[in-house]
Amino acid sequence: EIHIKKPTEKEVNPHLLPGELLLCEANTVYKYIQEDGSDRGIYGKLVCTNFKIAFLDDDSAPDENEPQFKNKIVGENDITLQCVDQIYGVYDEKKKLLTGQLRKYPEKLIIYCKDLRVFHFCLRYTKEEEVKRIVSGIVHHSQTPKLLKRLFLFSYASAAPNNTDGRNQTVMFDTLEDWRYELERTKGNVKYKAVTTNEGYRVSEKLPLYFVVPMCISEESIFKYEGRGIPIWCWSCHNGAALLKMSAFPKEQDDSASPMQKAFLDGIYKTISKPPYELLKTEDLSNSLPSLQDIQTAYTRFKQLFLIDNSTDFWATDVKWFSLLESTNWLEIIRRVLKKAVEVAECLERQHTNVLLIEESATDLCCVISSLVQVMMDSYSRTKSGFQSLIQKEWVIGGHGFLDRCNHLHKSDKEEAPVFLLLLNCVWQLVQQYPPAFEFTETYLTVLSDSLYVPIFSTFFFNSQHQKDINTSGESLKIQSGPFRFLTVWDWSVQFDPKAQVFLNNPLYAEKPKPDKSQRKTARFKHQRQLSLPLTQTKSSTKRGFFREETDYLIKNILGKRIGKFINSSDEPPNSFREFYDSWHSKPVDYHGLLLPRIDGPEIKVWAQRYLRWIPEAQLPGGGTIATTAKILELMEEVQSLQVKMDEEHSQGTFGDIHSVPMLRNSARLSSLFPFALLQRQSVKPALPTSTWKDLEGEDDLVKRDDEFVDLGGEML
Amino acid sequence: MASSSMPKYNSNSLESSSSKRTLNDGTNWEQNEEIPRLPGETRVTDKDVIYMCPFNGPVKGRVYITNYRLYLRSVENDPVVVLNVPLGVISRIEKMGGASSRGENSYGLDITCKDMRNLRFALKQEGHSRRDIFEVLTKYAFPQSHNLLFFAFANEEKFSENGWMVYNPMSEYRRQGLPNDRWRVTFINEHYSLCDTYPSLLVVPYNATDEDLKKVAAFRSRNRIPVLSWIHPETQAVIMRCSQPLVGMSGKRNKDDERYLDIIREANGQISKLTIYDARPNVNAVANKATGGGYEGEDAYPNTELFFLDIHNIHVMRESLKKLKDIVYPNVEESHWLSSLESTHWLEHIKLVLTGAIQVADKVSSGRSSVLVHCSDGWDRTAQLTSLAMLMLDSYYRTIEGFEVLVQKEWISFGHKFASRIGHGDKNHADADRSPIFLQFIDCVWQMSKQFPTAFEFNEQFLITILDHLYSCRFGTFLYNSESLREKEKVTEKTLSLWSLINCEKSKYTNPFYTKELNRALYPVASMRHLELWVNYYIRWNPRIRQQQPNPVEQRYMELLALRDDYVRRLEELQITNNSKISNSSSSSASPSQMMSQVQTHF
Repeated sequence: EIHIKKPTEKEVNPHLLPGELLLCEANTVYKYIQEDGSDRGIYGKLVCTNFKIAFLDDDSAPDENEPQFKNKIVGENDITLQCVDQIYGVYDEKKKLLTGQLRKYPEKLIIYCKDLRVFHFCLRYTKEEEVKRIVSGIVHHSQTPKLLKRLFLFSYASAAPNNTDGRNQTVMFDTLEDWRYELERTKGNVKYKAVTTNEGYRVSEKLPLYFVVPMCISEESIFKYEGRGIPIWCWSCHNGAALLKMSAFPKEQDDSASPMQKAFLDGIYKTISKPPYELLKTEDLSNSLPSLQDIQTAYTRFKQLFLIDNSTDFWATDVKWFSLLESTNWLEIIRRVLKKAVEVAECLERQHTNVLLIEESATDLCCVISSLVQVMMDSYSRTKSGFQSLIQKEWVIGGHGFLDRCNHLHKSDKEEAPVFLLLLNCVWQLVQQYPPAFEFTETYLTVLSDSLYVPIFSTFFFNSQHQKDINTSGESLKIQSGPFRFLTVWDWSVQFDPKAQVFLNNPLYAEKPKPDKSQRKTARFKHQRQLSLPLTQTKSSTKRGFFREETDYLIKNILGKRIGKFINSSDEPPNSFREFYDSWHSKPVDYHGLLLPRIDGPEIKVWAQRYLRWIPEAQLPGGGTIATTAKILELMEEVQSLQVKMDEEHSQGTFGDIHSVPMLRNSARLSSLFPFALLQRQSVKPALPTSTWKDLEGEDDLVKRDDEFVDLGGEML
Repeated sequence: MASSSMPKYNSNSLESSSSKRTLNDGTNWEQNEEIPRLPGETRVTDKDVIYMCPFNGPVKGRVYITNYRLYLRSVENDPVVVLNVPLGVISRIEKMGGASSRGENSYGLDITCKDMRNLRFALKQEGHSRRDIFEVLTKYAFPQSHNLLFFAFANEEKFSENGWMVYNPMSEYRRQGLPNDRWRVTFINEHYSLCDTYPSLLVVPYNATDEDLKKVAAFRSRNRIPVLSWIHPETQAVIMRCSQPLVGMSGKRNKDDERYLDIIREANGQISKLTIYDARPNVNAVANKATGGGYEGEDAYPNTELFFLDIHNIHVMRESLKKLKDIVYPNVEESHWLSSLESTHWLEHIKLVLTGAIQVADKVSSGRSSVLVHCSDGWDRTAQLTSLAMLMLDSYYRTIEGFEVLVQKEWISFGHKFASRIGHGDKNHADADRSPIFLQFIDCVWQMSKQFPTAFEFNEQFLITILDHLYSCRFGTFLYNSESLREKEKVTEKTLSLWSLINCEKSKYTNPFYTKELNRALYPVASMRHLELWVNYYIRWNPRIRQQQPNPVEQRYMELLALRDDYVRRLEELQITNNSKISNSSSSSASPSQMMSQVQTHF
């Protein structure tokens, strides 16, 4: 029997990547257009693959109005499995979190994404067995524990062998040469050396294959405690002071081991505090910064404020917006982290001391602080390739546990903490405070944060270099797979066309002038100028004496149970920081020099682009910073085409038309959410608050008063 | 108007440009120092003091007082600390400490300013050293309380532009297409006999006679009858403004008023109901009945629809700003910034005012319905709502000149009581009539310009300058409560207009990103997600919070503009050269090098 299909059920097939398999699907799913609280939406097919959940519009006519900023891998209605944050089912108007086995199937599905999108799917018109299949499929594939090898990363890599070398100027830090180059670049090679001790991961699986330590550190001491207690070099400042990090001994050590560890540390400190090394300051981040648990709690609350179901929700939370924001504590954490980074920068820059960051694993807050310090102090880290190299150095090779921290495998909620997002949020503060200082835009940071959940790049899907290595080589694998060559996220052409990549580059970036052939020398020169900061009291002699006591105290504590109450690095009067901060801020900014964030309350802002981008109520048609950026881009184009014309006039060439493709169409009407959500609503209806506050507690007497007391009704009796 | 050690950054806020060195007559005036003085400004006294800078600690300096300003220059600091404060911003002068007070710098003066700061000066304790300076300051800061004239009447500055010519009510109404067959201009108030707080020229429905107007006036608070503020060029729907009806406890009715509102409704051929926006919270409108006021009841006005906009009264706004000052001056509340900000309610009030204005504008524009806006007297909240709605609907008001017209029209001519709300030259700092209503309006405008950075011809500096001179009393623009009083005091003859200063130096106040867009309604999003504290105004005295000057984005754009102009110019030159070459050269194609030689020989 031939069944004639209704036009709405015409076959639409998902676009599958190499290695991507369709797992289940459901037809006549109704997707609400979350816009004005109405029930408007579109019918389509909901599918789940081993890579993503996708909604396929039945009327998917080839879109003429193709967005200018389109992700080639993850479409508008695609949600990668790792991007799913929470799934709720709606039963009789009640929302229920869906996690594991389901007994009843909901009539509506709400998917909250880690990139802050919210999808509402109505399943009322879908066949029952299809509902069962799709709901349990989605919940199973996105919410239950998974083996590493089940990540799409591996299917993709084996199906689409990567022959491209996506390095594009990004230093990957997986070779000895990369480290040597970095040492040379920062003039750290006099006192620090790159070592091969960990080849074959003989020292530790947590440490990278190659890393840098002070010259005076012997190979055997590196071996002694699997790299613990060893100062590892991050970066050298122009004045020779270095930023170091160290993995501390575990807190609950059994006592017998402590005297030995104490002696060991004592020895290390002694060696590296002697000349030629600078004075040493230690900074125990587990003591002076919020814990990972605090960070996770804060972010969980914070992101919830932006996962909005409808317009009513939006306006209801608007009334107490500031106190809601504050109660999440997220902005305060950003402020504290930035402040800590300024403190470290002050030690390096002004006090000329080495700073040793200490953390149990040295792969979480150490990464945040060391990266921030470098972004602030080394203008190379503010270029795109410099920033990417920094992420490679401190995070990817540095051994940040992306897999666990992002909980990509749903193995343990306890390990989850948005540490890398914290860094991006902090960097964003700097980007918006000093727009000309960065080669990349906030859009770059936003898509970088989105890329955390796109499992075709290896960058954010391993806990360490070791883990990646053993999973790349063929040995431990079944025959047909591997060795793999994974893609790196830094190859932006995988996700974006050249046209879209334009939005990652900052038109305001004032490139560093390159007057001479030797760039490196110029860089030094630039840095030298920063020394115009008040170089203060060289009481170094007294401090050296001081130091020994400090170390003793420090060692006592590092080994004792009170490790949590480690020394506070500032033996300086507290206003030394303030003085440094104020003095820097009182001078004009050198965008290629030291850059300090402003950290007072009003200066720390919500990263609106990332967090508000999908909320229709929050969009300003024709407004937002994109309005000025678009003007600048337009003008730049005009200048460029004039330049071409000039050249032609000079050479008397043919007067051909100049083909300059406008980067932005109708720029005046771009939405503030551009380049993300497109302006769907063409009506000019303003967004109106539906709930407003009226209560002025404790001011009743004022509220009731009239503007001016005048008796108007003369004849009132 | 610098307060801290960075005069370079601060000097842009007030009159840095207009300083003229004159009258070095006094022996006390240091010979080599430049004390800025305006023509007509005369010195009164000077004294050694210690300025207790809340950011940099005590600063030894010399303070100079003129009939216009207080000027302090530090004697030891490098860079020099400068304070340049028009006496008009002073709200209150207090003596601190007594002759027997102990402790360093405990004896002196504490000056509260209207622009979000306080100034403290410590003086020597011996010989009542502060008595004369206190008296001089009090006298010149509060001329109204001492039977003296405002400095604006002594100001002898000369400007190439005459700001008084900016606003001409007749030409503004003509710009709107008025009068037409439904709306007429009436001179009934020529001598302010109908309403002494309204302008002399009013636009009313064509079908209402002057007699009708007089009868309506009797039923409207302070005779402020409904008159036209703005007409939509397409829908012909209008924004009307007025005061509350005198309904009172007994629920009085007035047939003339009822009929008048119906005439308004019919004037744009409207069948639907006339929308009335009462700016007040419902309860306050009800409470107003007790003093004879009230609102348009359904029974009496069946063809109207009434909405309350829940905007609070002047007292609530004053308290809110006071709380705001507490959390930003001298130090910014550190630990709980956001909840502190929320507890001031300042941005909540901004949100409500904007929300109200959006509703008014949307009704007129997409609702195609005429609206009537009032509060109690129709000179505070009403002015905010009508002017903001007009700003949203009419792009002309988003230009520099258009905005000046808007302020001149909706605020100054329609009797916003600037003198009472600001307390110009009045020593009574606790006067309950004072309230930052106009500041709140400017803040709303700033919020809009922040949300739409290309939609306004003017920049932030323009708004700050307006606010600075709202207090300074250097110009006659904001003096007195009404047009009739201003006429009586001959303000336009005897004083200068602020717009003269601004229009002489328009480039300083121009937003380079401005993109002219006609007929586009501009609705801000009145959500706390987008509303921001105007840091560059409210926290501008704090050197730690200051934004970068100049704005780097703007600077980059200006550089590009200059580059473009340069290219265009060079290209034109080149084309002229090439064209002349082409006309002179033979028809056969010549190589560039040949061209070059030709060029060289030719010229």
